[in-house]
Amino acid sequence: MGEILLQLNNISVVYSDVIQVLKGVSLSVANGHIVSLLGSNGAGKTTTLKAISGLLKPENGEVTDGSIIFNGVNIQNQAPEFITRQGIIQVLEGRQPFKYLTIEENLRVGTATRPGKPYKEDLEMVYSYFPALVKRKKALAGYCSGGELQMLVIGRALMAHPQLLMLDEPSLGLAPLVVQEIFRIIRKINEEHGTTIVLVEQNAHMALQVAHYGYVMENGKIVMEGTARELADNPDVKEFYLGMAASGIAKSYKDVKSYRRRKRWL
Amino acid sequence: MEFFLQLLVNGVCIGLLYGISAMGFVMIFKASSVLNFAHGELLALGAFFFLSLVTWGKIPVAAAFLLTLIGCFVLGVLIEKFFLRPLIGEKLIFVIMLTVGLAAMFKGLILLVWGGNLHTYPEFLPASLEFHLGSIYIAPVYSATLVISVVFLVLFGLFFKKSSQGIFMRSVADNQKAALSLGVHVRRVFALSWAIAAMVACMSGIVLGIINGVNVHDLSAIGLKVFPVVILGGLDSIGGAIIGGIIIGLLETFTGGYLSPSLRDVVPYIVLVFILMVKPYGLFGLVEIERV
Repeated sequence: MGEILLQLNNISVVYSDVIQVLKGVSLSVANGHIVSLLGSNGAGKTTTLKAISGLLKPENGEVTDGSIIFNGVNIQNQAPEFITRQGIIQVLEGRQPFKYLTIEENLRVGTATRPGKPYKEDLEMVYSYFPALVKRKKALAGYCSGGELQMLVIGRALMAHPQLLMLDEPSLGLAPLVVQEIFRIIRKINEEHGTTIVLVEQNAHMALQVAHYGYVMENGKIVMEGTARELADNPDVKEFYLGMAASGIAKSYKDVKSYRRRKRWL
Repeated sequence: MEFFLQLLVNGVCIGLLYGISAMGFVMIFKASSVLNFAHGELLALGAFFFLSLVTWGKIPVAAAFLLTLIGCFVLGVLIEKFFLRPLIGEKLIFVIMLTVGLAAMFKGLILLVWGGNLHTYPEFLPASLEFHLGSIYIAPVYSATLVISVVFLVLFGLFFKKSSQGIFMRSVADNQKAALSLGVHVRRVFALSWAIAAMVACMSGIVLGIINGVNVHDLSAIGLKVFPVVILGGLDSIGGAIIGGIIIGLLETFTGGYLSPSLRDVVPYIVLVFILMVKPYGLFGLVEIERV
């Protein structure tokens, strides 16, 4: 592993002062890597991302314990305006475009961390990654397709020149071919810009293909970690996330469910 | 026919002014979902600032106008910083009640400083501003209103469409969470929308003061006219505010001209009720873009 860019030390997150969602999560992200965060619904993946990007506060959440260090700066419980200016941009789950702004105006909002600076070259850069956006640039985002919107929100985040890009479920609700295209571009961004990427995914198969390293979360804890190769070969991951039995044959849902009740990750 | 055209021109001029003043109201609503009940008092405050600068301070009119606009801009920022910011995250109804309180406070302040009498500005609009189009006479104040309104409209159009800050403001109105995630300074956007709203309210206060005289009760009542205007145009449509303003302005002048001057403040509200029965979201209220 190279130099550590982001380090979470044993963080706990509590919503509305009572609901504890993260129970001591520690993870580290190496500079230039794609790190994938896997886990079922409600495991705490999105909360982990929001703890990093400072977006917990509007939802009444708070990091109550532990520390988050990015580039040597302590960023836990800081305002999103501060954290984004350190170079961390989160792409929210469910795409979240500005519906009543055009594609190009949406992209311009991505320059909010450095207002007044020239942005024309960045627009060109985003359009070169996502040529599909060029001919739609005057269209209102509210009228674009899901695939276009996913490209738009990733492009919008790139406009900010992030050092760390966090993607929350970029494959959600997209056709398999579009998902492949998105993942190809994610890898390309990582290789060409050296952008470090944290990838939260349900689609473990795709995520482990592009990632260098991965963490598996369950019930607000990290239960497993390893290189993408190790995780993809792990029998438990295979069974729960890749849908394969130890023998390599897909099991029926019923079998997996009763099995799960007995054996948790720990 | 001449009378009709005369009323038409006056109505459009006044209506544009209402529209611009309502635009400030709509901006606050779009950015932060707050209904600003102190709008009328802000309008009055602008008129009185200007009055003091011109009559007591003897400052040249153009400079006084600019100073008032700047002063009101700053006032807007301060209102946001000291009164609204502490309430961020509280229930919306508390914030709206706060603006009701602000309205009472400003009104009291104006009564304390300037009293409740009717003041007038000295004559300062040059006679060269009056126009005779055939038999229609346009008084200087109306042509000045028209010029100011169009200038403001163009400036705001450019600001919201072209400038980064304008686009950031629209992004906050559109999807606050996404704007936060991209590092848009949301609190700054709130402050800016209050500043611009206070500025345009004051501007319309000055112009209405020239037309009707400066009296705290009259001006704050006129300020309340933003409600029919914005409800008519659609609460969240800036373009709708302008159109709504023109409609209300025309209704008023035509009622005043053809029916009775005492009805002019009532008829807009009656028409409003009928329009709302047909289009509950206003004429240009945002229809949520929903992809199925």
